[in-house]
Amino acid sequence: MDLDPVLLARIQFAANITFHILFPTISISLGWMLLFMRWRWLKTSHRPWLTAYRFWTKVFALTFALGVVSGITMSFQFGTNWPGFMEKVGNIAGPLLGFEVLTAFFLEATFLGVMLFGHGRVSERVHLLATFLVAFGTTMSAFWILVLNSWMQTPVGYEIINGEFHVTSWMEIIFNPSFPYRFAHMLLASFLTMAFLVAGVSAWQVLRGKANASTPLALRAAITLAAVLIPVQILVGDMHGLNTLHHQPQKIAAIEGVWETEKGAPLLLFALPNETERRNDMAIGIPKMASFILTHEWDGELKGLNEFEAHPPVKPLFFGFRIMVAMGTLMLLVSWAGWWLLRRRGWQPEHAPQWLMVGIAAMTFSGWIATVAGWYVTEIGRQPWIVQGLIRTADVASATPAPHIAITLAGYLITYVLLIAAYISVLRYMAEKPSDSYDPAPTGGAATLLGTQPAKKEGGA
Amino acid sequence: MSWAEILPVIFMGLMGLAMFLYVVLDGFDLGVGMLLHRADDGQKDMMIASIGPFWDANETWLVLGVGILLIAFPKAHGVVMTALYLPIALMLLGLILRGVAFDFRVKAQDRHKPLWNFIFFAGSTVTSVAQGWMLGRFITGFADGGAYDLFALAIAIALPCAYVLMGATWLVLKTEGDLQSRAAHWGRLALIPVVVGMGLISLATPWVSDTVSARWFSLPQFIGLLPIPFATFACFVALWWTLNGKRALGTLCWLPFILTVGIFLMGGLGLAYSLYPFVVMDRITIWQAASSTAALNLILAGCAITVPAILAYTFFAHRVFWGKATELRYG
Repeated sequence: MDLDPVLLARIQFAANITFHILFPTISISLGWMLLFMRWRWLKTSHRPWLTAYRFWTKVFALTFALGVVSGITMSFQFGTNWPGFMEKVGNIAGPLLGFEVLTAFFLEATFLGVMLFGHGRVSERVHLLATFLVAFGTTMSAFWILVLNSWMQTPVGYEIINGEFHVTSWMEIIFNPSFPYRFAHMLLASFLTMAFLVAGVSAWQVLRGKANASTPLALRAAITLAAVLIPVQILVGDMHGLNTLHHQPQKIAAIEGVWETEKGAPLLLFALPNETERRNDMAIGIPKMASFILTHEWDGELKGLNEFEAHPPVKPLFFGFRIMVAMGTLMLLVSWAGWWLLRRRGWQPEHAPQWLMVGIAAMTFSGWIATVAGWYVTEIGRQPWIVQGLIRTADVASATPAPHIAITLAGYLITYVLLIAAYISVLRYMAEKPSDSYDPAPTGGAATLLGTQPAKKEGGA
Repeated sequence: MSWAEILPVIFMGLMGLAMFLYVVLDGFDLGVGMLLHRADDGQKDMMIASIGPFWDANETWLVLGVGILLIAFPKAHGVVMTALYLPIALMLLGLILRGVAFDFRVKAQDRHKPLWNFIFFAGSTVTSVAQGWMLGRFITGFADGGAYDLFALAIAIALPCAYVLMGATWLVLKTEGDLQSRAAHWGRLALIPVVVGMGLISLATPWVSDTVSARWFSLPQFIGLLPIPFATFACFVALWWTLNGKRALGTLCWLPFILTVGIFLMGGLGLAYSLYPFVVMDRITIWQAASSTAALNLILAGCAITVPAILAYTFFAHRVFWGKATELRYG
C-alpha cells in the first residue's frame, strides 16, 4: 500500500490536536468554576463548598497535566509536521505563539503549583489570586491560539514579499474577521463541556449512592450554568455560521451538502454526500430551511460546491456539523429539563426522577463530542489550504519519510487511547471514593463522627 | 553591527537562557524521576512531593526554548525538527507519560500505583536519553556516519547521568534523614559518569567538528577560554568533597545543587561558544535563519516585559515552597 506522507502528517497532527483539545476545553472553564467554589467557601463558610473545591481541584490537576504534555507535543509538531508553515508565515504565527507562551503558559503553569499545594503556605487572598491567575492564564492561552487559528481561516493584515508573509497591521491580524465569533464559540464550548462534566459526575455519584453534601451544590451550579449558556451558544454558533458563509462559503456549502448553486436550498437532516457523482444520496430535508437560516430569506441563494476551484471534503463536514448540532440540541433538552425538575425538588438530586440522573450522567462527555466535531468541521473545512486561499497544506509538509510518520503515529495513537481510558476510569474512581479522607478539619468532620469532640466539651463543662 | 544584525544575537542569547533554565529546572525533576525506583514507597512520595509544585512550570522552559527557535529562527526550526523527527517523537512520548503518571499515581487505585511509578521512571529515562541523543546530533550539525552516531550515543548516556546528579543534589537540598543521605550517595554514583562524559565530550567535540577545533585551539582564544575548564574542574572537586561524608547533610545542603548548576552553566557556556554564530552547525547562521526585524522587535519588546515577570513569579513559587519538602496536600 502506498502511504501518502501528507495525509499521514495530517492524521498525526489531527490525532494530537484532538487529544489535546479535550483537556484545555475542560481546564479553561474549570479554573473559573474553582474560583467560584473557592469564593463561595470564603464568603459563606459553608463547608461543602470547600469539599467541592477540593474534589474538582484534583480533577483540574489531572486535566491540566494532560493538557500540558499534549500541548508541548503540539509545539514540536508545528515544526516536525509543517516545517514550511513557519518558514512562510513565521513573522505572523511566531509572535502569536510566542505571546501565548510568555503571557499565558508560564503564568498558569507556575501559579498552578501555588494553587494546588500552596494552601496554608500563603494567605487566603494570595491563594485566591493564584487561582485567579491560573484561570486567567488558561483563558489567555485560548485567546492567542484562537487568534492564530482564526487568522489561518480569514487572513488579513499582511503583505507577501518574496513568498514570505510580513505584518502590515497587528490590530487587523489579532481582530481578524472570524476571531470574535470563534473565540466566543470556543469559550462557550469550554464552559458547556465543563458544566456537563461537573453535572454528569455529580449525577453519577447520586446514582451510585456516593453523593456527599457537596454533590447537590456542584450539580446545581453546573446545570444552571449549562441551562443559561446553551441558548447563548446556539445564537453565537448561528452568528459564527453567517460569518463563515461570508468568508469561507465553500465550507458552508460542504456543511449543507449544496453541490449546485441554488435558491431556497433545503436543510438536509440526513443524506449521504457522494463526492464521485457530486450529489447527495438518500437526502431527507426541510424545504428552503437552509437558505432561511443562512440568508434569513426563504429564497436566498447558496453558492454550490461546483463553483469553487477547490473545496474541502464534503462527508466529514456534513456529518461533523450534524453531530455537533445534535449534541447541542441534547444539551438544551437535558439542561432545561434538569434545571426545571431539580428546582421543583429544592435541588435535592436524590428526590429527582432516576431517568433524569441517568440522562445527565450520560451527557458527562457530551461537550467533548460536540467540541471535537465542531473543530473537525472548521479545520477540515479549511482544506486543502493551511492558510485559507493562500498556502496549500501539501506545500508546507515535511519531507519526513512516510514509514517514520506511520510508526510515530501508531505510538501516539496507542498512548492517547490508553490515556483517555485511564483519565475516564480514574475520574470514575475518584467520584466514587469518599471525599475529604485526609481532611484536617479542626471542627466537625472526623472528630464529630468519632464523638471525641462533644465528650471533650462535656468534660470541660 | 546594525540593530538588525544584533537582534539575532540577542535571540540566540535568550534561546540559550531558556534552554539552560530548562536543563537545570527540568533536569532536577527528570533526575528525581530516574532515581524513583531506588527508593522505598514512603520515600517515593517524598521525592515526588519535592518536585510536585514545580514540574509544570519547569517543562514550560522547553516550550519557550523551542518557541524562540520557531519564532526567531523559523528557517532553522524546520531543518532541526525534520532532522530530529524520531528522537523528538520519542522524547514527547516520554514527556507525556511521565507528566501524566505524576498525577495518576496519587489519584488512581492504590494497586495501580506501582505501575504509574514505573511509567514515571520510564518516561523520565526515555525523555532524558532522547534529549541526550538530540544534543549529540545537534552539536555535529546532524552529520551522518558511524563516529557521529557513536558521539551522539555517548551524550545520550552522559546527559541522563547529569540529570541524575541534578536530581540527587536537589533531593539533598529538599529532603532530610535517610532519604537525604541516600540522595548524597546517588549523587556520588552519578558524579563519575558525568565527569567521564563531560571530559569525553570536550575532547570529542573538536575532533568531530573542525569548526569547534578551530575556535578553541588557537591562540589567544585558548588562554581566554581556560577559565571554563578550570571552573568546571573546581566545581567537580568541590562537589565530590561536599557529597562525601556528612558535609552536605546539614546547613550546607544547598551547596551540591548550586555546584551542579555551576557545572551545567560551564557546559552551556562552552557549548554556546562552540556553536556561535551557527544555529545549525556549519550550515545555517543565526542571521540566515532569523525572522524579519519587525517581528523580532515585537517579540523582544514582549520578552523584555514578560521574561523578568516570569523569573520573578518563578522565584515567588519557589519561595512559597522554600525549605524541606513536605507531604503534598490539595487545599
